[in-house]
Amino acid sequence: MSDPVTQFADAIRSAADGKRPLNIRGGGSKTFYGNPTIGETLDVTTYRGIIEYEPTELVITARAGTPLADIEAAMREQGQMLGFEPPHFGGNATLGGCIAAGLSGPRRPYAGSARDFVLGLRLLDGRGSDLHFGGQVMKNVAGYDVSRLITGSLGTLGVILEVSLKALPLPPSELTLCREQTQCEALALMNEWAGKPLPITATCHVDGRMYVRLAGATPAVHSALAKLGGETLADGATFWRELRDQRHAFFAGESPLWRVSLPSIAPELQLSGAQLIEWGGALRWLRSDSDAMSIRKAARNGDGHATRFRGGDPRSGAFHPLPSPMLKLHKRVKQAMDPAGIFNPGRLYTDF
Amino acid sequence: MSAPVHAIPVDFERQRAVCAALRAFMPEHGVLFEREDVTPYECDGLSAYRQVPMVVVLPENEEQVCAILETCYALRVPVTARGTGTGLSGGALPLGNGVLLSMAKLMKIVALDPLARTARVQPGVRNLSISEAAAPHGLYYAPDPSSQIACSIGGNVAENSGGVHCLKYGLTVHNVLKLRVATIEGEIIEVGGGGLDAAGYDLLALMTGSEGLLGVVTEITVKLLPRPECAQVVLAAFDDVATAGQAVANVIAAGIIPAGMEMMDQPAILAVEPFVNAGYPTDAAGILLCESDGTREEVADEISRIERIMEDSGAHLVRVSRDESERLRFWAGRKAAFPAVGRLSPDYYCMDGTIPRKRLAEVLRGITEMEKKYELRCANVFHAGDGNLHPLILYDANDRRQLQNAEDFGAEILKLCIDVGGTITGEHGVGVEKIDSMCVQFNSAELETFHALKHAFDEHALLNPGKAVPTLHRCAEFGRMHVHSGAEKFPELPRF
Ligand SMILES: Cc1cc2nc3c(=O)[nH]c(=O)nc-3n(C[C@H](O)[C@H](O)[C@H](O)COP(=O)(O)OP(=O)(O)OC[C@H]3O[C@@H](n4cnc5c(N)ncnc54)[C@H](O)[C@@H]3O)c2cc1C
Repeated sequence: MSDPVTQFADAIRSAADGKRPLNIRGGGSKTFYGNPTIGETLDVTTYRGIIEYEPTELVITARAGTPLADIEAAMREQGQMLGFEPPHFGGNATLGGCIAAGLSGPRRPYAGSARDFVLGLRLLDGRGSDLHFGGQVMKNVAGYDVSRLITGSLGTLGVILEVSLKALPLPPSELTLCREQTQCEALALMNEWAGKPLPITATCHVDGRMYVRLAGATPAVHSALAKLGGETLADGATFWRELRDQRHAFFAGESPLWRVSLPSIAPELQLSGAQLIEWGGALRWLRSDSDAMSIRKAARNGDGHATRFRGGDPRSGAFHPLPSPMLKLHKRVKQAMDPAGIFNPGRLYTDF
Repeated sequence: MSAPVHAIPVDFERQRAVCAALRAFMPEHGVLFEREDVTPYECDGLSAYRQVPMVVVLPENEEQVCAILETCYALRVPVTARGTGTGLSGGALPLGNGVLLSMAKLMKIVALDPLARTARVQPGVRNLSISEAAAPHGLYYAPDPSSQIACSIGGNVAENSGGVHCLKYGLTVHNVLKLRVATIEGEIIEVGGGGLDAAGYDLLALMTGSEGLLGVVTEITVKLLPRPECAQVVLAAFDDVATAGQAVANVIAAGIIPAGMEMMDQPAILAVEPFVNAGYPTDAAGILLCESDGTREEVADEISRIERIMEDSGAHLVRVSRDESERLRFWAGRKAAFPAVGRLSPDYYCMDGTIPRKRLAEVLRGITEMEKKYELRCANVFHAGDGNLHPLILYDANDRRQLQNAEDFGAEILKLCIDVGGTITGEHGVGVEKIDSMCVQFNSAELETFHALKHAFDEHALLNPGKAVPTLHRCAEFGRMHVHSGAEKFPELPRF
């Protein structure tokens, strides 16, 4: 049997010839995310394994089908981590799916997003061409930054084969403080503290309580705790992991889950339904049966955007509609990478 | 360098038509075409390439930028945007049949929000002025290219510029939240958003580092960071550069991401020391400057660990800055490296490859061999933390043979960078300078992808054409001259 890459490339070429859509699939942990797509499944989990990991170069390169958990375990062994704290949403999450979805976890505002950590990748485009962009070095401005364009494109621009990511050291010490606080107070504090040199690596407000993770050199963490005050949470690590993977009680149940991305200083959202705040105020999760129009209008008015993350009425697309010049540009970018329009059609926007 | 773009004679009729169209909405002083008025724009920081533009336009607001682009689009005139012209790869080199669009008059800081920690600025604002405006709030803009007093933030976005602190704080792409961009049709789009992400493709990442080929940036929202409570720097000297390189790896292995980690080799030290008296030991083969910043507790903890690692790694001298003035003095030498080297020779040529750090010793040995081969000296400064190497080749531009040798020397260094798994440019961009080296780093399918993306934004190739991405024909021609290891990289193209 030929190697997986040749198989994928053959499948792509024949799909492109026949204009038959392909549904690219990793572990399937994020199938819920985005709009439903059609097409024959292209399973990329057969292409797996860490290719190169050099802790002192701060770079790890792995194949797209590698389980995210394997990558994180290998890094933990070397005292390192993925700085964007990617959500897994299930034990079978793969690296390819993680980068294609482009989602980041609680550490995002303090360390950077998935795309910030992408140094380079190898992909198959819509012609089945095998392409490398970026590389395994920290700085690289040769050519357009295609690797970061691919990140978060939900498989609509190409089949990710391999990814190189920047690694970060695990902080020597970490603790979580917790205080009773209204949402309004929490928003104010999150913004105020972010403007101070404090070792904060995650923030959350839910059910009248505010949680702040401090991480770094042990003396720095303790002095920050003394400065900020609050009780320490016994099992902070579990709290943040459950938040990251949406296993916190806030996420249970069937009511539609909206992800509203806003400037961190945006006031409380005036929408019905429970809210959970993350990312220093820049991310608001909302459980609400309100109609998509009014949620999106509130997000837009606040200079942000709203994603229908889980559940809700599928007739309103998952992602915030694009203004027309942007939509036009998106279609042209799609056309550049995938001229036959075979990759995950409709998954991002129904137009392409 | 020796082969600047052919000087095109001015097509006066065309020039008159373009000026007339622009004058319809631009004030007279905003449209320049007389030889003496446009000559100051003939080159950027890479002065070996020069070309006088047909017309220079100086818009003062976004509406004018849009109208200029709309006009150029209608007349099919190519447009090159220019910030303050400090670029080192000829990215802002004008076209003889084109319009040079200077963004230098758009220099307002539109809004600064200390609570949100953002600044909204026009593209002509200088990098350092953002940090100066943010300073009263205890904030700053992190990317700090050595040219920060002069370079524009629009130019930084177009080049994805870095600085000595970018291992810890990121490049421009990591510190920009939103852009307003004028397309070649003269339409405004917004990429990125008010929050930390935006709907759709990450066009913010694509625009950053696109060297003015995809759109003209008219407004930038940057992220501001709290100024660290304090900073200290360790100066360590080594008997050979390989040991210094290993010391860098040992710092990283200990779980430390220094705020800055710079290396200089002996030729660079010898150039700098008499010039600035930074206190560098002139007998060392290489020195490292390793900075820690953060809260007092963090810095105290990290500095003592760095000191120990340097000693254990074989440094023969380790000094920690005792106060702020000594810290600045240690840095002054590094910051003056380019001008200091410039005093040693009539001209120097600054290269910008990035390599995996573990290959440093090998690459420096290779460069030493090349010094003999091309009979030119080379001093090396190195953003050691992130593997970005700046070899400075000393030559005399008036000597044609030296000029040619310097260019070949540079190209061979870049090839070596690619061979060890690195890249031809870490932060200065491709521009016109490294366009042939792009043919070595990318294959034709990859280059075609770049062209397809360019086409998505600019179908008539009017935005800064001829820069950053070579045509396949150019690569075929280049490949014909430089076939390596017998393998032709562009076999599908006809040879001519
Ligand atoms: C002494 C010295 C030290 C330097 N040190 C560093 C360093 O440490 N790190 C580093 O990264 N660089 C460094 N540089 C290089 C240079 O300063 C940067 O590349 C800088 O970002 C260029 O900014 P500029 O405003 O001068 O741009 P210009 O040189 O005017 O233009 C650069 C490119 O940007 C495009 N452009 C400019 N404005 C816009 C806009 N508004 N919209 C779209 N495209 C635009 C131009 O077309 C061109 O392609 C140094 C240069 C010098 C001379």
